Amino acid sequence: MYYAVFAALIVGTILTVLAAKVDMGVLNNVVMLLIACTKATLVILFFMHVRWASRLTWIVAMAGFFWLLLLFAVVGDYMSRGWVPGTLR
Amino acid sequence: MPDAHHGEHFPGPIHQPPLVANLEAIQPHEFVHLPHHPKLQHHFDDMAQQIDASTLGMWVFLVTEIMFFGGLFAAYLVYRHASPEGFAEASHHLNVTWGAVNTIVLIVSSLTMALAVRSAQISAPPKTQVAWIAATMVLGAAFLGVKAIEYTDKFTHHLVPGPNFHWTGKHPQAAEIFYSLYFCMTGLHATHMVIGLGIMTVIGIMAWRRQFDADYYTPVEIAGLYWHFVDIVWIFLFPLLYLIGGHFTE
Amino acid sequence: METVNYLNNGHGLKSWLLTKDHKRIALLYLVSITLFFVIGGFFAMLVRLELLTPAGDLLTAETYNKMFTMHGVVMVFFFLIPSIPAVLGNFLIPIMVGAKDLAFPRINLLSWYIYVVGGIFTLVAALSGGVDTGWTFYTPYSTAAANGHVITAALGVFITGFSSILTGLNFIVTVHRMRAPGLTWFRLPLFVWSHYATSLIMILGTPVIAITVLLVAAERGLHLGIFDPALGGDPVLFQHLFWFYSHPAVYIMILPAMGVISEIVQAFTRKNIFGYSFVAFSSLAIAIIGFLVWGHHIFVAGQSVYAGMVFSFLSFVVAIPSAIKVFNWTATIYKGSVSFDSPMLYAFGFIGLFTIGGLTGLFLAAMGLDIHVHDTYFVVAHFHYIMVGGAIMGYLGGLHYWWPKITGRLYPEGWAKFSALMIFSGFNLTFFPQFIAGYLGMPRRYHAYPPEFQVLNVASTLGASILAVGYVIPLVYFAYSMVAGEKSVNDPWGARGLEWEIPSPPPTENFTVSPVVTEGTHQYVHPSQEVGLA
Repeated sequence: MYYAVFAALIVGTILTVLAAKVDMGVLNNVVMLLIACTKATLVILFFMHVRWASRLTWIVAMAGFFWLLLLFAVVGDYMSRGWVPGTLR
Repeated sequence: MPDAHHGEHFPGPIHQPPLVANLEAIQPHEFVHLPHHPKLQHHFDDMAQQIDASTLGMWVFLVTEIMFFGGLFAAYLVYRHASPEGFAEASHHLNVTWGAVNTIVLIVSSLTMALAVRSAQISAPPKTQVAWIAATMVLGAAFLGVKAIEYTDKFTHHLVPGPNFHWTGKHPQAAEIFYSLYFCMTGLHATHMVIGLGIMTVIGIMAWRRQFDADYYTPVEIAGLYWHFVDIVWIFLFPLLYLIGGHFTE
Repeated sequence: METVNYLNNGHGLKSWLLTKDHKRIALLYLVSITLFFVIGGFFAMLVRLELLTPAGDLLTAETYNKMFTMHGVVMVFFFLIPSIPAVLGNFLIPIMVGAKDLAFPRINLLSWYIYVVGGIFTLVAALSGGVDTGWTFYTPYSTAAANGHVITAALGVFITGFSSILTGLNFIVTVHRMRAPGLTWFRLPLFVWSHYATSLIMILGTPVIAITVLLVAAERGLHLGIFDPALGGDPVLFQHLFWFYSHPAVYIMILPAMGVISEIVQAFTRKNIFGYSFVAFSSLAIAIIGFLVWGHHIFVAGQSVYAGMVFSFLSFVVAIPSAIKVFNWTATIYKGSVSFDSPMLYAFGFIGLFTIGGLTGLFLAAMGLDIHVHDTYFVVAHFHYIMVGGAIMGYLGGLHYWWPKITGRLYPEGWAKFSALMIFSGFNLTFFPQFIAGYLGMPRRYHAYPPEFQVLNVASTLGASILAVGYVIPLVYFAYSMVAGEKSVNDPWGARGLEWEIPSPPPTENFTVSPVVTEGTHQYVHPSQEVGLA
């Protein structure tokens, strides 16, 4: 079973590199991130045994990634500059 | 007026027995030392609780690591949003082949790590356990070797931020920021790899000393969690640093 | 014939410095944070002395900047953030959950050593010339222009952050996995709930400031331009990353104090807390929502107005769970059998002063008003009301409440009441004038000011002197009590809780048999008898 996951991870890596060579515009980033997230999920579920772990472990792992996304809200400041009419920023 | 010196002045709780039996009557030396696994730490009730607590503890620690790297990823997002072409231009000077090789190396090392945990879990002979652990370490060292090659290459091409940085492309400031982040992110990651190798050395020695079997393999398991985490960080670092904007002409 | 307890179980320096006993580690922390409190207070004294006169005559501007910087760094990172969790939390949480120790005793000891090393770094920075960037280390001043030992101080903060992380990690695993049989979550003391919520913040927030100060050190030392505009960097990004932790950090400072107050209020009104689950959930709500408001520190720094509006709204929302707690404490006191012992005096002080601090936070959360009072003494007064009027009063109240348990001795109650009142009066005289000064426009972090503010500043410095004396008195009588204080029984206050069932001071292993809990640990009144009290 570990070998199956391993194969999937290798395939994912190859796909990522190949996808980078094709110009899909903004979709490039989406594809690459999707593949990376899938690979990470496989590692977490199978190599790190979360698939068979307690609900608490699962919650802890999810909380970690959720908080990471929260930290990324920082870029929201930069993206929303100029959204309020009449203000310079 | 009730005061601390005379507890009996307080009305007290209404006819409720104490929560626990009178503990003063039980002297410590009366406590019987029940048989248990040699590795049980005495503040735990049993091995199951110890294993549970250790695994949870490592996961909570990994959450802190996620947030630790997260700050760098957030900075990356902000600057890439600010100058996407600059980042793409800077990313082109990174060697995709080396990056891909390193990604494969780490994925294989995750496999060997998972198999090392498995070998301890099924009470495989210590030689087998040590073999898988050693394989993981060799791959980790290979990863660091490749990074050393890449870093040296950057140094010779004046891509190390600071007074020696020299950029001939269109977006020098973005490029310098990109390489600052590159060195910070991969540097922090490499530091974690080095620590990982240290941890694996200790685990390897413990395995060599026949300390792991189906009843007790927790240290291998939590070392594995750490190792896989470091792998996952690289899984994200690779596309974000090496594959921006596509390398369409290569 | 003295019974064996954790204090006399093993003698000599090694038995203390290599201990795995959470109670001894709590005392190690008590000694070190008291030392840092004195150091931080020393810096504050110099600040207030300078501000007696409008002219900058006592210290040069640069020295003054170093004084308030070191005051902030020492007080925030080396006193307030560890205080209640590292001393009272470490001591009480295993006992309150019915365990022999925390989940990871050796990591607990390691966290103290890490704290000490970080503290040494910061002291070295202070002694070799100090840092003048403000405790907030804003870039690009801190990375490019500041003269001083920024890297040393930044590394000190970085190292100490790991102490906080390991403490939080220990608490989380302990509360999840080491509760005694029958001790369900909703039977836990509120002290444990508030420390659990605090630990969540420690785990999720501290790593972010760790990487941020590391980047400051890297930028300053290696010229890696991340925050320096000259190299294409963005100073506002630093502020975002810094405050992403530092705002939740203030909840690290206040949540444990709130937990202490919940305990004290129940004990000294002989009542169960009003609305237990509301108070428990509000601790979690404060921890979580506290992560969503960091932008209110950046309203005037260049953040987008749109983001500012979002943060302003969320900053109003975060006040709600705190208000719920204040209402519930008040409702608990109502029709309770109140006794005005010193811990309860601190609790009353907390409730009043925290309310003022919290309400003035709402002033600051309103973006338009913040433009007027940002970087004035209004802000300074606001956060001191919460951190000193709130957190420190909670810490002192807790120390007094659990002192008999920790040391097996009673402190002189008369002196305790006197110093509590002195602290309360000195505090208000120090900081209330600062609200007025700030609203009238006196800026913070300046060593000289226009003469019209002098009266307010003199009042403030006078208050600070009274406050300082008020803090010294407990130092004296606590020390005295350890050698000559009257011995305490298990439960001198007649309070409920697992910690009051075991001897004062407790034996090393806390419990010789694991307690089996069948009801909430703080039932002062059996639920069936609660009907008549509403």
